[in-house]
Amino acid sequence: MSYTTHADLGGREGFGRVVPEPEGELWHAAWEPKALALTLAMGATGSWNIDASRSARETLPDYAALSYYQIWLAALARLMIERGLVTEGELAEAQVHLAPKPLARLLRAADVPAVLARGSATERPATTAARFAVGDRVRTRAGRVDHHTRLPGYAAGRVGTVERVHGTHVFADTNAQGLGEQPQWLYAVRFDGRELWGDEAQPGLSVSIDAWDDYLERV
Amino acid sequence: MAHDHHHDHDHSELGEMDLRVRALQTVLAQKGYIDPAALDVLIDTYQTKIGPRNGARVVAKAWAEPAFADWLKRDATAAIASLGYTGRQGEHMVALFDTPEEHHMVVCTLCSCYPWPVLGLPPTWYKSAPYRSRAVRDPRGVLADFGVTLPEATRIRVWDSTAEVRYLVIPKRPAGTEGLNEDELAALVTRDSMIGTGLPKRPAEAA
Repeated sequence: MSYTTHADLGGREGFGRVVPEPEGELWHAAWEPKALALTLAMGATGSWNIDASRSARETLPDYAALSYYQIWLAALARLMIERGLVTEGELAEAQVHLAPKPLARLLRAADVPAVLARGSATERPATTAARFAVGDRVRTRAGRVDHHTRLPGYAAGRVGTVERVHGTHVFADTNAQGLGEQPQWLYAVRFDGRELWGDEAQPGLSVSIDAWDDYLERV
Repeated sequence: MAHDHHHDHDHSELGEMDLRVRALQTVLAQKGYIDPAALDVLIDTYQTKIGPRNGARVVAKAWAEPAFADWLKRDATAAIASLGYTGRQGEHMVALFDTPEEHHMVVCTLCSCYPWPVLGLPPTWYKSAPYRSRAVRDPRGVLADFGVTLPEATRIRVWDSTAEVRYLVIPKRPAGTEGLNEDELAALVTRDSMIGTGLPKRPAEAA
């Protein structure tokens, strides 16, 4: 079974213009705030991590046809069904058929402000020296991988310059697969626009990504 | 235009989604997985407490106090936390200072990563395919969609948020703001100027 993401949009053409939106406009349907809150509340139970939820979203077969909060809801249902927390029948009929499973945590109303203010830091104590330093030239991995990854297609197999060293962070690729945090050094790598887009690059453009050590090799 | 048709379609779609979300909430509450009161607190938090006015305070303070601007450059997470803005989707912050030579723009091409503690929930366009696809390739075209034209000599620097580091643009302080206090400065700071798709208001536009 090969892994297919539908979310890797950088540099693709044909999506049309960007439609600006006033600052106070948060919702476009009455159900959207509940979709957000349900997703955050279930995320806080510790039943999956953020990388697993991104993976569940980006691999939805109808990703491109769904609105953003529809994507969130579909992925939420999928994550819960995969873990046996709910069944499709329960969601379809709005009725409980199976006994609940014990969860690691429950997000209580009184705890919401503190839980949001704490967040979930992904930096971990460094156990090795950083392989690269600011100014080093690096090439990103060119080949496909058969799992969730955070190396965008447009920046794959490209040469850039390390611009910031962010510290050691939870590795999204393994964390999404349930293989553990396996923290690695994370860098901001900057590419000249011409390296990404060739002669059609806008003059003066550069683009950076945040790349884990595994994505990089020294040039 | 087939305006009426779209209208009807949207309504039936909404009805279906409303029912689905209600069913989901019922099942999760009955199983004891969620505290329904927590949902209201979550929604209220992002509707009334955590939004782009937080970021505007950070920018205004950076404009007003060189020492705070220096702190933001060295350790944005700590400097921003000193104003009480911490946590979910802003655990690791970097501040990007615009200069006359360089303009910063932030995107998440892979999903919708965005600095929630300082900007709140991302706008729809930030999560949309047009912005995510074009920001890294055609940032000047994106700026044109927002009615912004930068000098040709200005370099454009796009930051794709592909990990858990979150970026906040500190736009250039507008001319003619020497006498303004921090509250007045914050009123000039737009959400879009902190993403890099807009510019701050000038004093005459703020009234």
